[in-house]
Amino acid sequence: MAKITFPVEASHIMMFARSIGDTNPVYYDAEAAKKTEAGGIIAPPSFAQSVAQFNPDYFLRPKPGQPWFGSGKTASGVEGKASSSGGLHAEQHFEFHRHIGPGDVLTVETKPGASWEKESKRAGKLMFRESITEYRDQNGNLVITARSVGVTTERPVSQG
Amino acid sequence: MALKASALKVGDTHSERVVDNLSRTQIVQYAGSSGDYNPLHTDEIYTVQKAGYPSVFAHGMLTMGLTGKMLTNYVGDGRLTKFGVRFTNQVWPGDTLDASATVAAIREEGGVKLVDLTLSTVNQDGTEVMTGNATARIDP
Repeated sequence: MAKITFPVEASHIMMFARSIGDTNPVYYDAEAAKKTEAGGIIAPPSFAQSVAQFNPDYFLRPKPGQPWFGSGKTASGVEGKASSSGGLHAEQHFEFHRHIGPGDVLTVETKPGASWEKESKRAGKLMFRESITEYRDQNGNLVITARSVGVTTERPVSQG
Repeated sequence: MALKASALKVGDTHSERVVDNLSRTQIVQYAGSSGDYNPLHTDEIYTVQKAGYPSVFAHGMLTMGLTGKMLTNYVGDGRLTKFGVRFTNQVWPGDTLDASATVAAIREEGGVKLVDLTLSTVNQDGTEVMTGNATARIDP
């Protein structure tokens, strides 16, 4: 996959912190953040995943002029069998070599990892796919390593 | 603010209620900030009629973010070195989540004191929705 340039911006961090209900000033108040150990605004730990915003081809974002599988006039804008249960997120792991903040411009590269299958009572055959993402800063230093595991289920996960 | 090795012991636990009555709007808010617009999280019509789920449900990464808030409140800003989770059950609108971190080990690596934490996030029925592990730098 192509490398993605991920400019880390203060307003994006502020909106992300709001969306997880985190009112810690270190995520939005530059003056208050200066007085903390972090020395300035930093991003919450799971913010790195928001690199999706900077992936031009990200498949979970509607794009002008292209059919979208969510509802409009009908329950799905895509004909035929819905992507059934689709893909779900099974695991996410971050290793932080340094905490990122506004002004960092990261270069992000994702590589496929292992894949495996498992049978489950609640959702049939499960297909697991791992990917490894490396985030490097403007000096070429590795700042975050992420490992993500996605799962595709044979049928929607049964409840209860 | 930071944790001190001298004041910690294995088994110590910190927990917080990280969301009370999760709203669909907060899930939408997370879709907007993360860039993950999967309609399974924000589009009730698609999710019920096409995907076969009883309602939209939260992004796993929202549960991770909510749990991360408890974690950074506990270990301090910029102290985490590792944070990894496994999503074990879906989180639905209306859910109330409690997240906890339990000290599994206190150790030293290259002269740096570290704490290993075991993470668990449960819903209002006591069902575990996420498990995980984290490591943070601590003071001596």
